[in-house]
Amino acid sequence: MTTPQDQTLSGAIFEESATLTIEDLSRLCAVDERHIVAFVEEGVLEVIETSAQWHFRGSALRRARVALRLERDLELNLPGVALALELMDELEHLRRELEVKR
Amino acid sequence: MEFKDYYKVMGVARDATEAQIKQAYRKLARKYHPDVSKEKDAEARFKDLGEAYEVLKSPEKRAAYDQLGQGPKPGEDFRPPPDWGAGFEFSGAGGGEAAYSDFFESLFGAQGRGGAAGSRGAFRSGRGEDHHAKVLLDLEATLRGGARQLVLRLPEIDAGRLVSKERVLNVQVPKGIMAGQHIRLAGQGARGHGQEPPGDLFIEVEFQPHALYRVDGRDLYLDLPVAPWEAALGATVKTPTPTGTVDLKIPPGSHAGSKLRLKGRGIPATPPGDFYVILGIALPAAADDKAKAAYAAMAAALPFNPRANLGV
Repeated sequence: MTTPQDQTLSGAIFEESATLTIEDLSRLCAVDERHIVAFVEEGVLEVIETSAQWHFRGSALRRARVALRLERDLELNLPGVALALELMDELEHLRRELEVKR
Repeated sequence: MEFKDYYKVMGVARDATEAQIKQAYRKLARKYHPDVSKEKDAEARFKDLGEAYEVLKSPEKRAAYDQLGQGPKPGEDFRPPPDWGAGFEFSGAGGGEAAYSDFFESLFGAQGRGGAAGSRGAFRSGRGEDHHAKVLLDLEATLRGGARQLVLRLPEIDAGRLVSKERVLNVQVPKGIMAGQHIRLAGQGARGHGQEPPGDLFIEVEFQPHALYRVDGRDLYLDLPVAPWEAALGATVKTPTPTGTVDLKIPPGSHAGSKLRLKGRGIPATPPGDFYVILGIALPAAADDKAKAAYAAMAAALPFNPRANLGV
């Protein structure tokens, strides 16, 4: 865990290099797999359909983590989290548009 | 140690009911939640709020806290009284993500931290935990790639107490990374239990505002001022881009707000983003007789009403 200061670490861009299974997401978010399934059923997370097993894009990690924080910190239920995330996406989009057209 | 006035943090009276405290928490939590809020000090405010709520929502902790009275005057040092905590039993175990203040830890200890909701925290495997951190990088880091020294604050358990430790890492920033994406450093998370492997470190990237360019995903935007005659007649002008100065062709008949695209010259992701130039018209000052004469000649030569579409 300790790293000499002069050593340079290299890492890949997670979102582009990773495809996640439900086990990965569950482990990375430290939640039960059923929790991830519930997110998918509510439309919070999107599954890339492949054969028998569910796969997620790397970007699903950030979304799942935000969703979990909203649930925990704001005591939101699942539909509330889904609505909040959709509105946050829209707000982000509008803010960027405003910023670019400033 | 600094005394924390939890009632003040939550904006409630000292005799507030449980319902009022809960209501105040929800309202402030929505306002300062770091994922939602754009307030500058949201993260610190939210941390204080969570700590205050942790104490005030629990009848035992609140009663114990109330015994401290109003605390010392601002700036005065606070020490818990020697008989502190006698007769109170603090329930709740397990850790949230938040690190609490020294003040909280001295009163309630690491055991006093509330359990996280639902299945969070209950999940444990032998592999070390993953760590997450967020860094603010200069835009050049993604445009050119290169090593950056990152200073991360990571929570660690030290002698049973949760403390925030500084960790300095030299990290090769992958060229083309976009805001909101993560660099994954394998094995740089927490140590594994026993022989199990360590966790990973995930670094989320955001960019500092750049002096020239604005960022939208993988695209970059530049405001480029041009002279009225350059816009009207067309011209070739020098333009800064991330890969160096280029000669940009302004088509005749351009106007303020015209958008020119340089394909593939944005953030060098796969596929690369585009570079957009937004034209602005800069007017020369009518500072001397020569300039005034030029404007007067233009007024005489051009039958132009800029307010035609206002009906006047």
